[in-house]
Amino acid sequence: MLTFIVRRSLWTVLVMFVITVLVFIIFFKTPGVDPARAIAGRDSSPQILAEIRAQFGLNRPLPVQYGLMMKRLFVDRSLVSYSNQGQLVVPEIFAAAPATLSLVLGAALIWVVVSIAMGVAAAVLRGSLLDPLLMIVALIGVSTPVFWLGQVANLVSQGGLHNTILFSWVPPLGYTPLTSNPVRWFEGLVLPWITLSILYIGFYARVLRASVLEVQNEDYVRTARAKGLTEQRVLMRHTLRNSMITFVSLFGLDFGALVGGGAILTEVVFGIHGVGFLTYQALTSLDLPTIMATVVYGAFFIVLANALVDVAYAWLDPRVRPT
Amino acid sequence: MSEPLLEVRDLKVSFRTDDGLVRAVDGVSLTLAEGETLGIVGESGSGKSVTMMSVMRLITDPNAQFSGEVFYKGRDLMKLNQGQIRSIRGSGIGMIFQDPMTSLNPVYKVGWQIAEQIRAHEQVSSAAARDRAIQLLTAVGIPQAARRVDDYPHHFSGGMRQRVMIAMAVSCNPDVLIADEPTTALDVTIQAQILKLIRKLKEDFGTAVVLITHDMGVVADMADRIAVMYAGRVIEQGTGRDLFYDPQHPYTWGLLGSIARLDRPRPRRLAAIPGLPPSLLRLPEGCAFSDRCAHSFDLCATRPELSARLGTTHLDACHLSPQQKKDLRVATIHPELVPETP
Repeated sequence: MLTFIVRRSLWTVLVMFVITVLVFIIFFKTPGVDPARAIAGRDSSPQILAEIRAQFGLNRPLPVQYGLMMKRLFVDRSLVSYSNQGQLVVPEIFAAAPATLSLVLGAALIWVVVSIAMGVAAAVLRGSLLDPLLMIVALIGVSTPVFWLGQVANLVSQGGLHNTILFSWVPPLGYTPLTSNPVRWFEGLVLPWITLSILYIGFYARVLRASVLEVQNEDYVRTARAKGLTEQRVLMRHTLRNSMITFVSLFGLDFGALVGGGAILTEVVFGIHGVGFLTYQALTSLDLPTIMATVVYGAFFIVLANALVDVAYAWLDPRVRPT
Repeated sequence: MSEPLLEVRDLKVSFRTDDGLVRAVDGVSLTLAEGETLGIVGESGSGKSVTMMSVMRLITDPNAQFSGEVFYKGRDLMKLNQGQIRSIRGSGIGMIFQDPMTSLNPVYKVGWQIAEQIRAHEQVSSAAARDRAIQLLTAVGIPQAARRVDDYPHHFSGGMRQRVMIAMAVSCNPDVLIADEPTTALDVTIQAQILKLIRKLKEDFGTAVVLITHDMGVVADMADRIAVMYAGRVIEQGTGRDLFYDPQHPYTWGLLGSIARLDRPRPRRLAAIPGLPPSLLRLPEGCAFSDRCAHSFDLCATRPELSARLGTTHLDACHLSPQQKKDLRVATIHPELVPETP
């Protein structure tokens, strides 16, 4: 198992390297685009352009340029956003990370609990009216665009019904750090949590229901029943234990993407200044250094999530483990 | 005669489908005495598995309908509630299934799975249950049981997995072991080993065994009494001697006639019973075998009941008279295949 983890980690490093090379080539070597001008952004006086050319070594060979960029990004973390008044990019990302993490962890907790409950209920109650009902609700959840849902939530909670007891506690849009005001941190995140999790609840409830129904027909579940175990134990220890393998794998990948700044729409709609919001801002103002940094940040978490999911899968399913 | 251990009385199992009512089991009656081995033989779709799965109440299809009674030690299993039937499953009646490759949960160690069964029925510590598991694995012939008890099912071959299944099924010393085609998925040499193991356990613990199979050779060796099933009905029942030396039902003749014999001159064609079994959606009113039977006559339009037409414990469900049967059998099965009366 240990060698498996070590091998997987080395592989992760290799993939990250390839990603950074690709990102570099896309941003710096797209034909017809002058990287200096792209980095400088909108205000590009000749002095800034010359400075950029020197700093990024744009007149030097390709590997050197790549090396300099990586140094800026990872080693001295001195990458600067020219369109944002010389703001240091890497610290900015790390400052935005807690907001994203708060949003994503809360939403993940909600969606895991609710989707498991819904998925299992639908599978166990198969044949009754509740099963298709739950699945229709789930389908609505999957189909509803998160930005629409978020805007509707805002319209209702900030505008129309704000003065009623239902929504009077909702603070104005924005993120309050946990350390400065825990109550407000919580209140400001409730609606974003629910909005973000609805899509995933819909998806995961359907996935789990399908998985449970499939496993229930397996021979070993019949064997478990023939052993004289209670239906509850058969469900928990035998059926779910096998159904959750797919669930956990998919969850790991989705969660990793979200941590890396994938909840762009939710963050923008609710004014939460996380990594997704930063990415959105950088995209609208074509701030190349920030875009590069957020892409690498996001890629790192996706690659890490992939590796962790592989390890988790091996832990959950003994057949996958290397002997 | 003492009370039978297990008695199935006129069991009927049907499934509602879009195409109509599928009558998988159409009035089956069987008895099993203590320590006895009952073989149930029949082709695929004859209702053998559904019968025994219904005994254990393992059929969870909401479209299944049951009627009839199943007496185990005097109690009707069909009328028990979930809690009561659970206490019988595994400890009173154990069951092993056809495909050992998929019958064990792949994510738990085999020792854990055996211990789980023990602890579901008896108050023992997990350490004690684990020791029992090791003993059971040794008893079923798994070498180095103390080490292999912590292995996962995929570390075992098919034959070994079936041994693990058997160990698990007998772990609580059940009175009855139902073996549903235990060797069908295994190759012939392993088959012999598994059957030998079942016989040994039967002798050591006095367990009654119900052996379901489509292989006549398996029951010839193992069973005290054999029931032949066709289209959800039992059409002949008797001892091995009765069935192999004095078969009464034309279907049984067909089964015996179709066995390829190594000790006779090679026939030019293997004998087969012409036609196909009837669809379980549209079972005939009379004898289910009549449209394939070379000897059917007008009486076959009424359903023949399984009864003792010879005045012994050899039962059959055919309207032909015993004398007609004797004459026709010799003509039907190749004469060389019918040995002299022993």
